Amino acid sequence: MLGVARRKIGLGTFSSPILGQVLQRIRPLGSVLPENYSTAAKEITVREALNSALDEEMSADPKVLLMGEEVGEYQGAYKISKGLLEKYGPERVLDTPITEAGFTGIGVGAAYYGLRPIIEFMTFNFSMQAIDHIINSAAKTNYMSAGQISVPIVFRGPNGAAAGVGAQHSQCFAAWYAHVPGLKVLCPYSSEDARGLLKAAIRDPDPVVFLENELLYGETFPVSAEALDSSFCLPIGKAKIEQEGKHVTITAFSKMVGYALQAAEILSKEGINAEVINLRSIRPLDRATINASVRKTNRLVTVEEGFPQHGVGSEICMSVIEESFEYLDAPVERIAGADVPTPYAANLERMAVPQVDDIVRAAKRACYRAVPMAAAA
Amino acid sequence: MSAFSAVKILPSPPITARSTPKPSFPFVFSSPSSPTAGGIHRPAAAPLSSSPRPLRAVSSHVLSNEQRVASHSHQDEAEVTREEALDLYEDMVLGRSFEDMCAQMYYRGKMFGFVHLYNGQEAVSTGFIRLLQPGDSVVSTYRDHVHALSKGVPARAVMAELFGRTTGCCRGQGGSMHMFSAPHNLIGGFAFIGEGIPVATGVAFSSRYRHEVLEEASPSGGLDVTVAFFGDGTCNNGQFFECLNMAQLWKLPIVFVVENNLWAIGMSHLRATSDPVIWKKGPAFGMPGVHVDGMDVLKVRAVAKEAIERARRGEGPTLVECETYRFRGHSLADPDELRNPDEKAHYAARDPILALKKHIIEHDLANESDLKGIEKKIDDVIEDAVEFADASPLPPRSQLLENVFADPKGFGIGPDGKYRCEDPKFTEGTAQV
Repeated sequence: MLGVARRKIGLGTFSSPILGQVLQRIRPLGSVLPENYSTAAKEITVREALNSALDEEMSADPKVLLMGEEVGEYQGAYKISKGLLEKYGPERVLDTPITEAGFTGIGVGAAYYGLRPIIEFMTFNFSMQAIDHIINSAAKTNYMSAGQISVPIVFRGPNGAAAGVGAQHSQCFAAWYAHVPGLKVLCPYSSEDARGLLKAAIRDPDPVVFLENELLYGETFPVSAEALDSSFCLPIGKAKIEQEGKHVTITAFSKMVGYALQAAEILSKEGINAEVINLRSIRPLDRATINASVRKTNRLVTVEEGFPQHGVGSEICMSVIEESFEYLDAPVERIAGADVPTPYAANLERMAVPQVDDIVRAAKRACYRAVPMAAAA
Repeated sequence: MSAFSAVKILPSPPITARSTPKPSFPFVFSSPSSPTAGGIHRPAAAPLSSSPRPLRAVSSHVLSNEQRVASHSHQDEAEVTREEALDLYEDMVLGRSFEDMCAQMYYRGKMFGFVHLYNGQEAVSTGFIRLLQPGDSVVSTYRDHVHALSKGVPARAVMAELFGRTTGCCRGQGGSMHMFSAPHNLIGGFAFIGEGIPVATGVAFSSRYRHEVLEEASPSGGLDVTVAFFGDGTCNNGQFFECLNMAQLWKLPIVFVVENNLWAIGMSHLRATSDPVIWKKGPAFGMPGVHVDGMDVLKVRAVAKEAIERARRGEGPTLVECETYRFRGHSLADPDELRNPDEKAHYAARDPILALKKHIIEHDLANESDLKGIEKKIDDVIEDAVEFADASPLPPRSQLLENVFADPKGFGIGPDGKYRCEDPKFTEGTAQV
């Protein structure tokens, strides 16, 4: 069975999320692979990937600086910026007071004058206090100034639900930021994604919203030697096909990619061959890859963690209808978080966030293998 | 004696024996050296004034004349040369004539949307901005036409921008409230009040960073200074206080200039503010706070000089409250019914341009015909600007999608698998998007 999994999964990006103390913990498949399975030289956590990307970019360009709460002496609220203060000093790794609007605006002003700030939000929920600067003084300025002032800034931090942190700490903001022209929005999944996309974001001359996921920080993924090179960069706007398939396309981003891969594994036992697309870039959306995939499989399931209305899945569905309508053999299935503020109780939270079963059921519906519509209680 | 003798600093709390954590704030290097090591400092043991300061510049008090407190600038006999005086005069007349022409053009339909005019406040813009060096920056609000002109943006470029033509300073993409000029270091134009303050603080941060981390020397001989302009209403906004804190914490080279014209659209400053004395909020954060008569350009200039030089030397920010007044409504759409006509008349009598004219004549710096010559010259500049703007073309269709990103690959990949920005039909605006 391991052999079957190996052939299907390909480059070993398979992993499993940590679902919280109450939920069952599945050991990452990567650590169980035998030594002679040599697609990758090394395995690193997403945390290490982000840390190394920050370190390398700060070392390469003295204009790059990191600003946020607890990024310095505390080594980062989630330890992403560990060691950076010691290495680069307090002028480049700045601990700020609790002033999201203030320090985000300061970062934007500094970016106007050619510095390359990385603004860390402890979670993207706190970016709500600074969203005016992200949208109005960062995203729109290159346009309003007719190209005179570009804003090479990165806003990063954990996004989406963690485990039991309550409604105000659990929202996914991908759809909110992806709505705005002038922004680029990236969502890494694996360590390779994290490294490549963060480096690309820091080098990019435009404002980039970089949505990480707290539960992925500790996940280990294999990385190739190429990905560990300091000039490694992934292109913004290109999705990755994690797993090829022919019966149904499943699009996902961030933590949901792991769930989608697990769902694909389950579906394969029932003879449904799913193609899993890791979007990587929410804005710009890789419509070409998505549409090409749908034209091949004729069925689509979009998966996201955020609230359903006006979400990323809605946009993907519309894109497919606009460009590949004749190729669809079934209505597009959309899996999203429940349309409620995220509850605290562990069982309710489990119901409020998509689970692997939900993806499996949706894929079966898309393939016309009848299953009940209601979510499991 | 400095204008800052007016500053009253609240005594700092006694430091207890308990050890406090060392603040890990940046820029631990010393400030750029200056020959006058002392310079302007807050007097170390300045006694707190025993009587509370009288209320400043609030409408009813202004009218009653009871509590009119003279500005503490000692420069009643302002020392300004003929050249400087004429430069100030010309700049203020340019601002006034330009704004008057804007009103005319608006009512003729050439200008549209939101237009906020600066009439009456010219002394603040001229007093501060004419002292700045080319590397210094100005960050403004939606009332930004005159800040742009004082900073050196040509009247033609500003007028064309207001007409929405492609020859405007932002190619017609910004408009009245979003004036940007990178060569003149004019940053906005921000429509949201308070938005410009953190951005200005960031610009000041970049000035310090470039000096200390990147070790780039500025031609000014010190730090490049940022001047942030905003109004009385903004001083109740959270971002204002956040930035007073951080600018002082990190000793950033910024001057916060409050253009207190007593009104935020129709909301009187008194009705909106628990403690209407704004300059006092500076010392609460550890920086000097100064009040100045914003209708007198020479007084503003004297205070500005000190604040700018303080910042340039690396001594940190200053909060300057300018008592000023806008002769017109909040915007051209504002019927301006709430303000007392007596109040308006009072300030009209303190017109800064007339005041400077009087000063120039009385001190024999120039004669009437010189000043008339300047006024005529400005009239010609304005007329030329209008003609230029009128004759300029509207932006072409292909301009719609330009400048959204500095890296236009941000538009993503099109259905054919290539980047959209490489498709000429996309950029020309003829593709079906």
